[in-house]
Amino acid sequence: MIALSVNGKTVSVEEGPTELLLDVLRNRLGLMGARFGCGAGECGACAVLVDGEDKCSCSLEIGSLAGKMVVTVEGLGTAERPHPIQAALIEKQAGQCGYCLTGIVIGAKALLDRNPRPSRREVALALDGHLCRCGAHQRIIDAVLLAAERIRKTSP
Amino acid sequence: MIPPTLAANPSLGRWARFGSEGSVTILFGKVEYGQGNMTALAQIGAEELGVNWSRIRIEEPSTSGAPDEGLTVGSMSIEISGAAVRAACAEIRSLFLAHAASKLSAPPQELSISDGQILREGRSTGLSYWTLASEVDLARAPAEEVKLKDPATYTIVGESLPRKDLPPKLFGRAFIHDFLPEGVVHARVLRQPGHRATFKSLDESAVRKAAGESIEIFREGEFIAFLSSSEAAVQRAHAKAAEAAVWDDVASLPADAARAEHLRGLPNQVFETGAPPAEPSNRRRVTACYSKPYISHGSLGPSCGVAEWKNAKLTVWTHAQGVFPLRATLANGLGLSPDAIEVRHLQGPGNYGHNGSDDAAFDAAFLALRHEGKPVRVQWRREDEFAHAPVGAAMVIELTAELDASGRIADYTTELWSGPHTNRGRAIAESALPERPRGDAAPAGPGPGVGFFRFSGAVLNATPPYAIEATRVKEHLIQRPPLRTSSLRGLGGPPNEFAGECFIDELAESAGSDPLAYRLSMLEQPRARHVLERAAELGRWAERGPSGTGKGVGLAFCIHRNHGAFVSVVAQVEVAREVRVEKVWCVADAGLIINPDGAKNQLEGGIIMATSWALKEEVKVGKTGIASVNWDSYPILRFSEVPDIEIELVHAPEQRAMGLGEISSGPTLAAIGNAVAHALGQRIRDLPFTRDRIAAALLR
Repeated sequence: MIALSVNGKTVSVEEGPTELLLDVLRNRLGLMGARFGCGAGECGACAVLVDGEDKCSCSLEIGSLAGKMVVTVEGLGTAERPHPIQAALIEKQAGQCGYCLTGIVIGAKALLDRNPRPSRREVALALDGHLCRCGAHQRIIDAVLLAAERIRKTSP
Repeated sequence: MIPPTLAANPSLGRWARFGSEGSVTILFGKVEYGQGNMTALAQIGAEELGVNWSRIRIEEPSTSGAPDEGLTVGSMSIEISGAAVRAACAEIRSLFLAHAASKLSAPPQELSISDGQILREGRSTGLSYWTLASEVDLARAPAEEVKLKDPATYTIVGESLPRKDLPPKLFGRAFIHDFLPEGVVHARVLRQPGHRATFKSLDESAVRKAAGESIEIFREGEFIAFLSSSEAAVQRAHAKAAEAAVWDDVASLPADAARAEHLRGLPNQVFETGAPPAEPSNRRRVTACYSKPYISHGSLGPSCGVAEWKNAKLTVWTHAQGVFPLRATLANGLGLSPDAIEVRHLQGPGNYGHNGSDDAAFDAAFLALRHEGKPVRVQWRREDEFAHAPVGAAMVIELTAELDASGRIADYTTELWSGPHTNRGRAIAESALPERPRGDAAPAGPGPGVGFFRFSGAVLNATPPYAIEATRVKEHLIQRPPLRTSSLRGLGGPPNEFAGECFIDELAESAGSDPLAYRLSMLEQPRARHVLERAAELGRWAERGPSGTGKGVGLAFCIHRNHGAFVSVVAQVEVAREVRVEKVWCVADAGLIINPDGAKNQLEGGIIMATSWALKEEVKVGKTGIASVNWDSYPILRFSEVPDIEIELVHAPEQRAMGLGEISSGPTLAAIGNAVAHALGQRIRDLPFTRDRIAAALLR
């Protein structure tokens, strides 16, 4: 049995230690925000925060996560109370199909937590592990910069 | 005239429905996969009905609920579906007004509609769409003529309203992949290594051991699948099976199968259109050959399908591009009556054409028929999406022009080699079924339902949009290319625009003209000239420096399918060992714009996808099939590599609305091609512009 924190709640996982975090999130906990994209840590669609870092949940075995703090997109905001990054993405209509977006919200959150005042270039580099096939990149960068500005204003 | 898809679904009630809560649902058969078309179509409906936006609902098309509008392809949602929604909603509005007039014994001209409420000389009548809904029968055929709202009075169409489908995608459950009906059985299908491969053996104990939990190993013919209530278990089984299965007659591909040039040696059918063959002349003749490789759709989410067979009815959930065409494929391939099948659309990743979504739905349906009463969910692996979904066709395009004494183009020939760009109607699983068609008929290919006229995606924009006396196209259609090809955003349009618009630059150079001035000298339409001149202005064409400095600026122009939107692109690049596209300007005239921000989003997406095609993308082939099966071997453009983009939409609300989802990619390819040629002082005519090709060009 492995215990970890998911979105602030302690979760005990009975499945074996080689079970993948993405499977546990989606199929056991019903958290669908992390998406299956490649299963190889190459696209970022399944990203979650692990102790504040942007990680691909498809490539993390549960056994390596004992005592870790996992946050999924569901833990950041809801439609009623969106996180500023989610609100900015909607405001900028920064997406097309949207399959990559939850992972990008996670990537942006990890960035802004460590660098509240990123340049355009820094946002782009921080999101390089996240693929977007529709080509909404520039809007996404605009939205992350907008969110950064708003977060700075509300948390001095 | 009645718009074609309204005529094909001739009941007004199939296009709009009034809810009891004071809401209206606008119905259409086109599906949303990120283009924003659901929102734009609903805007058109809301506008004609005269109902505030907050009352408007949209729903996912299904074969039981939506009008049949075929496939969502070819930038045609706004043009085709929009025209139908507009006419249907306008007529619904006039029927309600006529009914209210008779009920109130009021002259019709005194009545109007505001937010669904019927007013008489501006005052409330107590009547509305909702109070009258039960009295007005919408199950009636549309009229030949209908009075449409004057575009000058539009308040909803032309507004950048936010997309209705986007917010759920930011928070959690939103896609077909997240749809797990009660009692769902997860399945993975082991794909046949080539359509002629036959199953020999499978080390079942190794597969079961890898699964770690109880699974069902299903086999019928060459169709092998693993099923379980645990998705993780079938995933592990599937991964193991790739090495635990032995096949005979595995596909065997020639070493150069991935190269576009390989196409020239393959059997083909020739179709010729245009002017008769050119007579020998003394004019100056210029020839150049361009190519484009096979390209993956690269949908970010591997395909998924869910199906249930219950009480002799098959329900299939899909993210394919059309629910009715998929139903026809399923009915034909599974031997069911279409009436026994309901297909429901759910949100999925961008398709950009015929990706694996139809195939995954077929897989799920086939397995559901053998697991009665249980919903079966098939999820494709990333590797299978790359290796087994159709790919965009490779093309070789040879262009020949004759210039008169003044340097003007007098004669123009396009000769091209291409696999099919439309190849629907048969699922990949069909070659694995026990009753499969054998021999050469086996590869997935066009099934029934293909129309009587010949549509070839390969020749789109193969003729330049300029005033040229004689043009002709000779098409070599390779029915059976080494890879399974089908539609990818724009079909043959973008490759032809790439070739044609790069070649125009070569001709301008040969004629000693500036590429912008050369194009303008052959363009008469004011709308065409405007987008070209305006893009050149934005991109500071006049300040373009000498060639061969490593920095380049290129431009391109296109009329979508030679009869649609006008678009011009300027690209600025820097070339060292690799190409970096720094900035792209795009000016588009697509007539009336329904949702300007949505339109810009589509143009931006096309520019970035085409930049990715131009710099990086080509399917790689190994001995048995596609070898580029992950993002490492099939890289696409990343955040730090995307160009800055500036877009200007021409305001032309008096012109008919034209599609624009695929219009920016061709001119982007060509503008980059011309910019790279300018930067290097040498032209690269084969996509993509890789390091090796840059190095080779510099050694010329």
